[in-house]
Amino acid sequence: MKKFEVLESTAAPFPHANVDTDRIIRIERCARVAREDLGNWVFETERLNPDGSPNEAFVLHRPPFRDAQILVAEDNFGCGSSREMAVWALTGIGIRCVIAPSFGEIFFNNCFQNGVLPIRLPADTVAELLQRLSEQEAASNEPAPWRVDLRTCRISTPWHPAIRFDIEPLRREALLEGLDSIGMTLKHAEAIDAYQAQQRQIMPWVWRQETSTSR
Amino acid sequence: MARTLFEKVWDTHVITSLAAGVDLLHIDRNMLHDLGGGESLSQLARDGRSVRNPELTLATPDHIVETRQGRTGGIAPWADEVIDKLCVLAKENSIPLYNVGELEHGIVHVMAPELGFVLPGTTIVCGDSHTCTLGAFGAVAFGIGSSEVVHVLATQTLPQRRPKTMRVRFNGTLPHGIGAKDMSLALIRAIGTAGATGYAIEYVGEAVRGLDMEGRMTLCNLSIESGAKVGMIAPDETTFRWLEGRPQAPTGRAWEQAVSAWRELATDEHAKFDKDIVIDCSTLAPYITWGTSPEQVIAVDQPIPQLDEAPTSVHRTEWGNALEYMGLKGGESLIGIRVDRVFIGSCSNSRLPDLRRAAQIVAGKQVAAHVEAWVVPGSERVKRAAEAEGLDTVFKKAGLQWREPGCSLCVGANGEVVAPGQRCVSTSNRNFTGRQGPGARTHLASPEMAAAAAITGAITDVRTLK
Repeated sequence: MKKFEVLESTAAPFPHANVDTDRIIRIERCARVAREDLGNWVFETERLNPDGSPNEAFVLHRPPFRDAQILVAEDNFGCGSSREMAVWALTGIGIRCVIAPSFGEIFFNNCFQNGVLPIRLPADTVAELLQRLSEQEAASNEPAPWRVDLRTCRISTPWHPAIRFDIEPLRREALLEGLDSIGMTLKHAEAIDAYQAQQRQIMPWVWRQETSTSR
Repeated sequence: MARTLFEKVWDTHVITSLAAGVDLLHIDRNMLHDLGGGESLSQLARDGRSVRNPELTLATPDHIVETRQGRTGGIAPWADEVIDKLCVLAKENSIPLYNVGELEHGIVHVMAPELGFVLPGTTIVCGDSHTCTLGAFGAVAFGIGSSEVVHVLATQTLPQRRPKTMRVRFNGTLPHGIGAKDMSLALIRAIGTAGATGYAIEYVGEAVRGLDMEGRMTLCNLSIESGAKVGMIAPDETTFRWLEGRPQAPTGRAWEQAVSAWRELATDEHAKFDKDIVIDCSTLAPYITWGTSPEQVIAVDQPIPQLDEAPTSVHRTEWGNALEYMGLKGGESLIGIRVDRVFIGSCSNSRLPDLRRAAQIVAGKQVAAHVEAWVVPGSERVKRAAEAEGLDTVFKKAGLQWREPGCSLCVGANGEVVAPGQRCVSTSNRNFTGRQGPGARTHLASPEMAAAAAITGAITDVRTLK
């Protein structure tokens, strides 16, 4: 998995709540588009015009936010469908960090599988960040990059020297080291073997009888 | 120490603790479908790994299969390729596969319980957020992403964060004609789409006990729509009667042994929950969504809320966007709003009792001339059972299309969609913008409400249908 240590990038405001994963990537793209091309279809309903050309009004097409690798959104970002293609679509256009007051749980997990850092911040902090980004754009100020440092668990913005964020230690370590989750689990192979041997004794009904699985 | 149903099942599956609040869980059941199942098996092979326990796994194509009568697979060559990939790789990996046209085929959350693959006290995963449906059997069942699917294929385990526990009590008895779909919409209305994020829900109360297994599956199905990955109901005699004799359920002495273990799963009397929610059933009505989130829902006889009733400015914006997308105004009634499409199906409401209730509403009546109404049974077994009791004839005589099993219009992955601007009353679980097709306007409701809308051609309070 791709490592995440320090990210320096501009941030884009996406001031919407309950952004569902259907909205991030449409189902027909999940079925038909190769993983590496999903970025072409991220937020397609609002990012692209009906003729397929870029909608210049969409936040990630507006000059200050074109290269943003950080997205700031409202509550419950990534709710709904479990489709990991939503994360792949976001990474496909370079997003590496999403900041919101809360996330859909499956999306939140999926981020960590792909070197993307989802950060929960208090709602009032997020509201302030969104407000600042909007004011900065209105004033036509050149956007200054933010710095998201996973080593120190701090975000610095043009307006804040250090916003602290929390992340579960195990997840932090996996992102910093770019650890392979399956490889980590396989270190417990003996414990898995022992568990299954015991389960066959105590809960034999869990194990399908040979007759019913042979088809 | 007194424990909840959830804690008992979870604790039994901990292989080892990885960190505070994070356990390596054994996964008893893994289910693959066409939207990603084949790709997960390819990824596993690319990583140089193999399926650890194919006997704890199954595969069935459901998202991308066409549902037109006479279908053979997908709607187009690309869909056939995706379905074939799942089938070929499942067979190569010795994973039992239940394909289109076979008795066992269907929407994974409908066919797996019918098979007896879903058992109380087990852990179940699938790359589909509505896996929570299967908590109806007292299983810890949850949706996962593609990477986690590969993880389970390789190791039969998952590192998981232990959620907090929430008890949702439905007090009292349900008014006549109000069912599981209304119960779940009432809960989402009360707590919102993020109200249970981070929690595992247990549904309790007389009204929950009174539901048949199909109703319990409907109730648990919408748990993820309130944010909960897991929604459970303690197994009881209703559960055991439903399961006994299913093709893959244990038999003989193993069955006796299993049932006696399952009886111990119920939450202990003094067990503590992190959060309690109580819903008074006597206040429930037929619910229907007006917006583009399941929490944007009202009793059908109530007006759509006004923007100035929005609790926060963020809600106000979302409500405004939703009303614009839906072509509706705050303060107006949904009753009488003309509909173009009706969809009775999906892992929420496509089982035999759902179809029976819809059939009762339409029997002897005619679908409004401007409405295209579909009934998509959840599985081949449901389809055949419905046909055996003549429900297909009732639907067809009334002018509804009787189709083949699959996910169909719930998600439009198979190419079956609601046209832009069309309004659809749907028994599915998500009314997101574009969910049933770009520009489609979805109103979620019960099978009875959907059937009533098909007949009158407009959103209707089913209680007033003559």
